[in-house]
Amino acid sequence: MEEESKSWYQRLRHGIQTATKSKKETPDGLWHKCEHCNETSTVKELKENFFKCPKCQFHERIGSAEYFEMLFDQGYLRLYDDLLSYDFLEFTDLKAYKSRLESAVQKTGLDDAMAVASGTIDEQPLVIAAMDFRFIGGSMGSVVGEKIARSIDFCLKHKTPLMIISRSGGARMMESAFSLMQMAKTSVKLAQLAEAKIPYISLMTDPTTGGVTASFAMLGDFNLAEPGALIGFAGPRVIRETIKKDLPEGFQTAEFLLDHGFLDFIVDRSELRSQLSTLLMLLENRAKPRKQATAKETES
Amino acid sequence: MVFLEFEQPLESLYEQLEQIKQIEAQGDVDVSATIRDLESKIVQTKKEIYSNLSGWQKVQLSRHPERPYTLFYIQKMFTNFVELHGDRFVNDDKAIIGGLAQFDGRTVMLIGHQKGINTKMRQYRNFGMANPEGYRKALRLMKLAEKFDIPVITLIDTPGAYPGLEAEERGQAEAIARNLLEMAQLKVPILCYVIGEGASGGAIGIGLGDKVFMLENTWYSVISPESCSSILWRSWDFKETAAEALKLTADHMAEFGLIDGIVKEPLGGAHNDPDAMAVTLTKHMKAELKALKKMSSEERINHRVEKYSAMGRFQVKSAIAE
Repeated sequence: MEEESKSWYQRLRHGIQTATKSKKETPDGLWHKCEHCNETSTVKELKENFFKCPKCQFHERIGSAEYFEMLFDQGYLRLYDDLLSYDFLEFTDLKAYKSRLESAVQKTGLDDAMAVASGTIDEQPLVIAAMDFRFIGGSMGSVVGEKIARSIDFCLKHKTPLMIISRSGGARMMESAFSLMQMAKTSVKLAQLAEAKIPYISLMTDPTTGGVTASFAMLGDFNLAEPGALIGFAGPRVIRETIKKDLPEGFQTAEFLLDHGFLDFIVDRSELRSQLSTLLMLLENRAKPRKQATAKETES
Repeated sequence: MVFLEFEQPLESLYEQLEQIKQIEAQGDVDVSATIRDLESKIVQTKKEIYSNLSGWQKVQLSRHPERPYTLFYIQKMFTNFVELHGDRFVNDDKAIIGGLAQFDGRTVMLIGHQKGINTKMRQYRNFGMANPEGYRKALRLMKLAEKFDIPVITLIDTPGAYPGLEAEERGQAEAIARNLLEMAQLKVPILCYVIGEGASGGAIGIGLGDKVFMLENTWYSVISPESCSSILWRSWDFKETAAEALKLTADHMAEFGLIDGIVKEPLGGAHNDPDAMAVTLTKHMKAELKALKKMSSEERINHRVEKYSAMGRFQVKSAIAE
């Protein structure tokens, strides 16, 4: 940002003659500068370190595709990619929702702020619904709600555990009360899953706030979070304005939530897969209710 | 009387009426014709003003300082109210009240946001903004109702769940989420009314039910128009525009199928004739409760799941291609 804003006299002093518009950026594919410690590493190093800064272990924001690749065994099935948001309220703020959606699709190559896939972790079946923050701040509109609802139907049908990876600023304002009702919709469906005694794991990543936290993200049988993730109901700015005081260091971080009793544990991304595998194994291995003897068995 | 800005034409009419009535009181001149004239003019002006309210004007009406709150309805519509306090963990939230009461000859569990009626009480009630303890108290009362097979009635009127430091520490999000999950499967009838403001998670935290209704001049949205303006327009000056864009009125909500119906308010809003409002609401509640009691708990829960599952609008890619 600061580089771009060099004024004409600075450019003159530094002998810069190239036009600003033809200025060459470092290719994205090679180097990565950590926003946390400012250290530079290669993108290859970053990827090999589960998209954490190799120097300070800061967890970069990644998307659904990275989680699917990182967590599932070879080969998984993507679900419900055919669901698309549209501007049914004709909502226009500084920009029309319609064009927001179009540019989000174009910019990210994603369909919406959530993707779902069914696969296995160490051969144990799991459905993962993961949010993409790059798509309008990971906001929850009708499509996110519907993808969760359908995932739950899938899990009910196949008796498969569910994991939702949240990374969202909250409900999508451009769908107004429809997004609000997704809180009810996802909770009603999760209640069905709970009634069927199918495990639900919630992983909260940076950031998880608003209506997402106040519905499915907080409702896990197991509430997990990535280190340092911002997790809360109201955003820090709103709280600061309300109480007119600075917020304490570490407020609303994953560590803060763990300390206050709202998380089961924090998991480093490099440990996520093995932790999930263990958890699934422990749940699968629990004492099963004794099967009712079938007619055939009683006959013989 | 407090007049909102769009009610200015009424204010001068009421002033004139007041003056004429003073003349009448002196008894020298017969002004009955003028009074009749003014009164019909007031009714006419009210009809004109209130049949054409913008989203923002309805938001203002829903926040009218004289608007009846939960405690008013409890006093007018219910008997033998026994208030039950506390969430059994931390404290007693004053922004959400609840308790047992008698309605139409039967016991009900009543839960509602409560705003204060004057400056002191507004602070005491935290302006109707509940902390996690409010939602946890509400849940405790709902589970109690379930245990004793008592229907639940909730009255919603909040500018939002309180965005405070302690609220976050004690899990505001968890409290609201937990209520949604539990209300989804609660075995007794849940009947909800938005009686004022229906702001976001703070409203829906006691607002998931078999039937949800809104009074005519209330609003329900994912965010207040002011906050929406500040986030999306990056300025506080677009609240009117935001109120329109959010389509947050009872009419919109009913049209979208996100609520089950609208309860008419007296001309000029509930505060113009609170007693009449209570009578209308009583009649409405009686009929709705009766209908809900006829269903089995399984039927009600299935219906709840179906109702909320159907909420949302999206397109399907393959369908577009065709």
